[in-house]
Amino acid sequence: MTRIGIGVGCAALGALLCALPVGPAAWAQTAPPTLEKAAASADNWAMPTLNYANTRYSSLTQINATNASRLQVAWTFSTGVLRGHEGQPLVIGNVMYLVTPFPNTVFALDLDHAERILWQYTPTQNSEVIPVMCCDTVNRGVAYGDGKIILHQADNTVVALDAMTGKEAWKQTLASYKDGATGTEAPMVVGNKVILGVSGGEFGVQGFVAALDIADGHILWKAFSEGPDNQILVDPQKTMSLGKPVGADSSVKTWKGDQWKIGGGDTWGWYSYDPKLNLLYYGSGNPSTWNPNQRPGDNKWSMTIFARDIDTGVAKWVYQMTPHDQWDYDGVNEMILADLTVDGRPVPALVHFDRNGFSYVLNRADGELIAAHKFDPAVNWATGIDMNKSSANYGRPEVVDKFAPGSSGVNVNYTGICPAALGSKDEQPAAFDPETKLFYVPTNHVCMDYEPYPVAYAAGQPYVGATLSMFPGPGGYMGRFIAFDPVTGKTAWSIDDQFSDWGGALTTAGGVVFYGTLKGYLRAVDAKTGKILYDFKTPSGIIGNVITYMHGGKQYVAVLSGVGGWAGIGLAAGLTDPHAGLGAVGGYAALKDYTTLGGQLTVFALPGS
Amino acid sequence: MKGVRRIVLAALALATACRIVAFAAGPGDPQPVNQTGGMWTDKDGAPTYKIAQDGTVDWGTFIGYLRYNDTCMRCHGPDGSGSSYAPALTPVLKQIDYSQFIADVAAGIKTVNTAQQLVMPAFGDDKNVMCFIQEIYTYLRARSTDALGRGRPEKHAPAPADFDAASYKCLGIQM
Repeated sequence: MTRIGIGVGCAALGALLCALPVGPAAWAQTAPPTLEKAAASADNWAMPTLNYANTRYSSLTQINATNASRLQVAWTFSTGVLRGHEGQPLVIGNVMYLVTPFPNTVFALDLDHAERILWQYTPTQNSEVIPVMCCDTVNRGVAYGDGKIILHQADNTVVALDAMTGKEAWKQTLASYKDGATGTEAPMVVGNKVILGVSGGEFGVQGFVAALDIADGHILWKAFSEGPDNQILVDPQKTMSLGKPVGADSSVKTWKGDQWKIGGGDTWGWYSYDPKLNLLYYGSGNPSTWNPNQRPGDNKWSMTIFARDIDTGVAKWVYQMTPHDQWDYDGVNEMILADLTVDGRPVPALVHFDRNGFSYVLNRADGELIAAHKFDPAVNWATGIDMNKSSANYGRPEVVDKFAPGSSGVNVNYTGICPAALGSKDEQPAAFDPETKLFYVPTNHVCMDYEPYPVAYAAGQPYVGATLSMFPGPGGYMGRFIAFDPVTGKTAWSIDDQFSDWGGALTTAGGVVFYGTLKGYLRAVDAKTGKILYDFKTPSGIIGNVITYMHGGKQYVAVLSGVGGWAGIGLAAGLTDPHAGLGAVGGYAALKDYTTLGGQLTVFALPGS
Repeated sequence: MKGVRRIVLAALALATACRIVAFAAGPGDPQPVNQTGGMWTDKDGAPTYKIAQDGTVDWGTFIGYLRYNDTCMRCHGPDGSGSSYAPALTPVLKQIDYSQFIADVAAGIKTVNTAQQLVMPAFGDDKNVMCFIQEIYTYLRARSTDALGRGRPEKHAPAPADFDAASYKCLGIQM
């Protein structure tokens, strides 16, 4: 059945709501699929993270290590927006959904009919929200469930759209952009719940995760990262940390006065979920300000991995990776749920590659710390993580004082710290391949000098308090894409890149790993050897995450390009090395010499039908 | 320092009122003439830099470097060199004078159209910016004339005796 040509009534592009009187053809006579059903088919990419375990491993095999070198561009789509394009599209049946950076336009594309725009939706948002978005107006994707597309707008409004028509079903607002609280992350839908968080660590926003009812948007629970026990939803006796109950006031007693109210710990990363344990997993971000001398204490529970009961929000266990952060090493990166073998025994593991440069393996049932390794040898701010269970320092990093900007007070320039504030890895997700048992991790290989000083707090204004000077890590390059075993800490192979690897990885049963580079290359790599099989330069730098799907019997690989984000800000003009002496300034290449702004989706497939 | 702040506020009020008239005046000769509390000014009384033969920068320029990185860098990139998110400031500082600089920082700038959405917020109430607006200007002025290269100034003049106390007082914080 074809409906092309019926599309009248769409007054103007950029209108508030441009809903054509057509729905996805295949759904015309049936209800949209449930998320469970959609996610069960390898043909779809029904969640931002592909699955609840966040593996980004697809069982599709049509594109494989033998034929990936023959990939071609199948089709492209301009998003019409110039800012940084993080995140990824969704594919459900014959429809692809994608969201742009601010103004957060959502497109529904008909894959059956030349990718025609079925509907598009542009929310009305005050442009004042733009400058309170730290590091670009990114959005990491929409979610699907209950026949709805869930959008977390930049201004912190959450809107549910009818997946067939683009019409608003409900709206909810969780925090105000006037206080510096914004929305950038991709929500996750579990049953009747929409899980989402908040951004604003550079504005002192008290971070939280909330569960909304997908039927009408009402708040089911809201759990802060910091504050009194009834705000952070912990049970002092039952919530565990490294095998011990957290006790009463576990958060507020680690802050000076009521600094926790402006303490950050924002939740702008990825969420994962274990259906058997009924636990939600995510990490919290940096404590505010960046000047550690201004906020003594461990600053709990910033920089923390949370495991929460998804029905009540109450934390089952917590683990703070970087107590009293002095580097801006947000703990928000994805928690990958993988069943691993450790010392011959099976472990239901949670694997996390943190900004602080350590990979963590925990038992996701109880939060037991199993392994912690540096995944970039350049990491120097800590020598390791104390794994001795009888030590008073158990589970804490062994910090090197000269690389700790709180160790000698303010107005001191702490030099040569690795990694830089953007971390050995930022939000760009890694992928886990159950065949090779390896994790494929896009990383940053950048170091910094860090100079903290006092700052004043005012709602909605930047609350930073440090000068960072970043420079390439040892070897003079800034990115490494690695195949890594977090149990042993061994790197199977790595590919060095001139610029940070800021695009999320995909791994497939075809034995091919995909990722994008800041110069704009979409790259296919042999999962076993790291050999580059295919390299294609898209129109702009890639900070988006690669997806794959099957449509009409053909496997496609898709990625958003559109340079920006922290990477675009830090690297656009090129980095300088403050330690190379006079005359070396400008010695490093500038990203702007290779790529420029522009949002585009590029979709690849093998030639032939 | 206090007296200078009062002058800043007066200039701000004036410049805001004359947004269009004051445009494209250019910063004039950066030659330093007078010094008060570590801050140099040019013949017109606008803040300026003083960089010695051996590269030692005046205190105001150094503080400007630090405070630029606090608030401005995350959009305008390292060293005022621009980013994928906001324009480079080194060319802009050649085109505008001090009063226009203050007006733009205090009131913000919006360019929102179909092609781009660039919004610089109003920093007029942001103490982390306005307490150091002369210093930030001085730093960017030095960058715009290439008197100062990229990166952290290697050497700087010592802090005036009352600098920390005056800064904290302006910021309204206790250390």
